[in-house]
This record gives sequence, structure tokens and C-alpha cells, in this order.
Amino acid sequence: MKTEVLNRGIVFEKKKSEWRGYELVGFWALRSTLVLVLFILGVIVFDIVSKGAGVINWEFLTQPPRVGMTEGGIFPAIVGTFYVTVITIAFAVPLGVGAAIYLNEYAVQGKFTRLVRMSVRNLAGVPSIVFGLFGMAVFVKIFGFGPSLIAAGFTLGLLTLPVTVTASEEALRTVPKAYREGSFALGATRWQVVRTVVLPRAIPGIMTGTILGLARAAGETAPILATGAAFFLPHLPDSVTSQFMALPYHLFIMSTQHHAISQVRPIAYGTALVLLALVCILNLAAVLLRKKYRDRVAKGL
Amino acid sequence: MVSITEKAMKAIFVFCGLAIILFLVGILYILLSNSMPGLIELGLGPFFAADRWNPGAYGEPTYSLLNMIYGTLMVTLGALIFAVPVGVAAAAYLAEIASPWEREFFKPIVEVLAGVPSVVLGFFGLVVLAPLIARAFNLNSGLNAFNGAILVGIMALPTIITLAEDAITAVPKEYRHASLALGGTRWQTIWKITTPAAFSGITAAAMLGMGRAIGETMTVLMVTGNMVARPESFLDSVRTLSAGIAIDIGDVVFNSTHFHALFVAGLLLFLITFAVNLLADILIQRKPEVSK
Repeated sequence: MKTEVLNRGIVFEKKKSEWRGYELVGFWALRSTLVLVLFILGVIVFDIVSKGAGVINWEFLTQPPRVGMTEGGIFPAIVGTFYVTVITIAFAVPLGVGAAIYLNEYAVQGKFTRLVRMSVRNLAGVPSIVFGLFGMAVFVKIFGFGPSLIAAGFTLGLLTLPVTVTASEEALRTVPKAYREGSFALGATRWQVVRTVVLPRAIPGIMTGTILGLARAAGETAPILATGAAFFLPHLPDSVTSQFMALPYHLFIMSTQHHAISQVRPIAYGTALVLLALVCILNLAAVLLRKKYRDRVAKGL
Repeated sequence: MVSITEKAMKAIFVFCGLAIILFLVGILYILLSNSMPGLIELGLGPFFAADRWNPGAYGEPTYSLLNMIYGTLMVTLGALIFAVPVGVAAAAYLAEIASPWEREFFKPIVEVLAGVPSVVLGFFGLVVLAPLIARAFNLNSGLNAFNGAILVGIMALPTIITLAEDAITAVPKEYRHASLALGGTRWQTIWKITTPAAFSGITAAAMLGMGRAIGETMTVLMVTGNMVARPESFLDSVRTLSAGIAIDIGDVVFNSTHFHALFVAGLLLFLITFAVNLLADILIQRKPEVSK
């Protein structure tokens, strides 16, 4: 007889008779919902991989679009997405980690920290197109950046801020209290404790948050519609005030706005595959990294 | 002795925390200040009038958001009808029944689904789901509210599953022990004890899923057809508030009435999602009460 230890700390005898009659039906009904989730993801991934894989070759990844975007590759869109996510991270990570350090290391827990945390959660729920409107009004117009890499990067940075704050806070919380108390007892100041004891141990967790934020920013389209993404550009962006092509926006126009939609369908599939692969790899990396450091924390190292 | 570095670092971190609040307030301020000229010029009435959104019309442009509100409602409700039961059932399974390896296997899958960019999901709806729907219902085009509801439901699923699972897992284990000790089966424990105890958390999960669905932009923009006419059924083309903004945002004239009208739509969207999220937040903070 096999025994199974549940995470609630009870030891159940696992018997065949545990699920019977309508309960067995219910058991399978619940289980089938997860199979459905797997099926949905499988169908989407299969469709895009099977129809997109044939398009992808070295030329597709390294050449700009040609002949009215009906031939050639998606190189400028890959470069644009890379540039804009770098700006996003440069904006969101210092601010997000800073806010997390404030919440977890400096602040006295009370009304104000509750308000900050509530703002983080509500910021996470703001629709992406509203960020687009905000970015257009503030970064493009008021700050006068015009439609540009920097305007789009800042807009996406705001959007990913809740991800980085939440992940960084979780990472800081995994550092045992005793470490801090030990350092304080030796006469270290708060900043010394944060810099030399807390932050080094929280780095893997912060990295996870950064990668998740990157994945989020790389796939977003709505916030960059009016803040800098361009239909087609003959040159790569040469400064932060240039407009840029981006993978998600490229997929959007190739599937809905192009003058010869059915002709460019393979290119759209190829773009979708590259974008999906990029986002999935980033997400998977974050999941693995998180698992690794959670295991380490669980072992008390 | 407190050094200058100490003080400076503290000031920087306090500023970072403060900045988060300022951003949220800033978004509200920008939406208000840019929609005000439109509201002052037209008043509130025209935005909810029975006519259509037609800001480009010669002579008399109209700015009614009403049909877009219907569109958003239809897509959101349609999405929730399928995403909430499926999501809560999946969460109950993950939290109460799944063996460790099943959890290890399914949780990353839910996370990967959450990570699929909305534009990719929209593309899938456009090229795969739309032809299927068109054939199934004998329509000219499968770009309608039904298509949008399915895809937005898929988008909301991971949010609902993750948060509902957290809520169910947070129910004190004494509840389960008591139920099982009294001879309840695990099925009875799940449906009579743990799920009711986690009810406020599950409701919050559904609401956050709803917030996602209301604000979802690219997917609906690509699969709902975007007609501004009053929708009669789920098989009609609809335009949602978010898609309505996305369509016009690219070439709207700065500071025109049209521009301000877009911010009115944005403000409405912001206020709805803010209210939904705030309510969900209050529900999440409510821990299951342990009777002493």
C-alpha cells in the first residue's frame, strides 16, 4: 500500500476506494479541466510551431523586410523589441527593487505601506491600452520625446513595475531575519545590511522578477501603438529618440493591416513563432530559476 | 552616527515606494485632465447617447461609447461564463487532489499559458478559431463577440486558476482535519468545507479575471470584428472600449475633441477595472474566519 504525504502534513492511506460513484466522476471532471488547459495551450503552440517553423531560417532572422514587406525577414523587429525591453528593464528594475527594499527593509509596516502595496496591485490591473494613453500624453507629448524607443520603453516600464516589485519583495522576504539581526548586532548600519547581506542573497529572486518583466514587456502591443512602434522603417533605430519596429506590433500589422494579408500569412506565422518562443523561453527560465532558489531556501542554505 | 550615505539611501528607497503611488495617481490625473476638455465641450450625455461612435464624420461627429460598453460587457461576460467554472475546478483539483508530480507538471503549464502574448492569442483566433466559428454557425465571418469571449476566457483562466488555488490552499488545515475525522470523504470536504471557506478568495480570483477580461485589448481588437453597430447576439461583430481606443490612438489629432473623447473612454475603462480590482483586493484581505 502506497502512502502519500500531502503538503498539509497529513498522511493519507492511498486506497483505490477513495473515489467512488459520483465522486469518481467529479474527480475526473476536475482533473479534465487541467487537461483542457493543457489541450488549449497544446493546440495554440502546435498550430503556430507547425506553420511557423518552415518560415524560419537564417535569412528570416537576420534580414529586413523587402518588397513592401511581402518578402525578407524580421530582423528590425527583433532588434527593436530587444532595445525597447532594455529600456523597460532599465526603468522598471531599479525603481521596482528600490520600492521592494523600502517596503521590506526600511518601512514601518502600517497605513502607508498598505497604501503602497495596494497601489502595486491596482497598477497591475490597469488595462494595457490605458498605459498606452498615459504614455502618449506624458512621454510623447508632455516630455516631448515624440514617438520613440524611450517613450515606449518608459510606458512598458510602468506596466512591468508591479511584476518587478512583487518578485523583488518575495525575494527579500526569503532572506532569514536572523541574518539581518546578526549583522545589526555586529554594528552594521541598515544600508550596509541591505547591501552586503540581504541583496546578494535576494539576487536570484530579483533576476526572476526581471525576466518575468522582460517577457511581459516583450509581448505587449497596446502600450506601444502610439508611443513609438512603427509599421516599417528602412533603418535600424540609432538613438533612444528613434521610432522602432517591434515583434508583437509586426505580428499585429502582418495579420490585420497589411495590404496582402493572405500573401504574408507565412511571415505572420514566423513572427508569431519567434515571439512565442522568445516569451516562453524567458518564462521558463524564470520558472526554473525560481524553483532553484526556492529549493535552496527550503534547504535553509 | 548616521552617515550621509545612510540618509541618502533611505531617501532613495522611500522615494521609490512613493513613486508607485504617484504613478497610479498620475495615471488617473492624466486621464482626467485630458478627458475634461471633452466632457466640458460635450457634456456627459453624448458619450452615452443611443447613436454610434463616429468621430470622423463630416458635419456632426458623434462620440457615443454605449455600443462599445455593450461590446465590452458581452465579451467579458461570455469569457467569465466559461473561465470561472473551469478555473475554479482546476484550482480545486490543484489545491486539494493533485499529487505532487501533477502539481509540478500542471503549474508551469498554467504559467506558460499566462505568458502567451495577447497578440499571439489574437492571431490564433484570427486564423484558426474564426474560420471554425464561421463554418460552425454558417456565417460569413467568424470575427465576433463569441470568438472574443473564448479567447479572453483563455487569457483570464491562468489568473483565476492561480488566485483561486492560493485561496483554497490558505484555508486552515484544521477545517480539513475536522471534516475528514468526522468521516467526510475528500469530495465532501472539498465542496462542503474548503471551497465555501475560501469563497471570498475565489470570488476575488473571478473578479481579477474579470478585470483582465475588461481591459484586454489586442486579442479582442483582432478577433471581434470591431463594428460599432449595436450588437444583437454573440455572433455579431462588436467593438470593445479597449479596442475602440487602440483603433483610433494611432492617428488621432492631438488635443482635438476626438483625442479627448478617447481619454473619456480610457477613464471609463480605468474606473471600471479600478473598482473591480479594489473590490477583489478587499475580498482577498479577508481571511477565512476561524470560529473559536
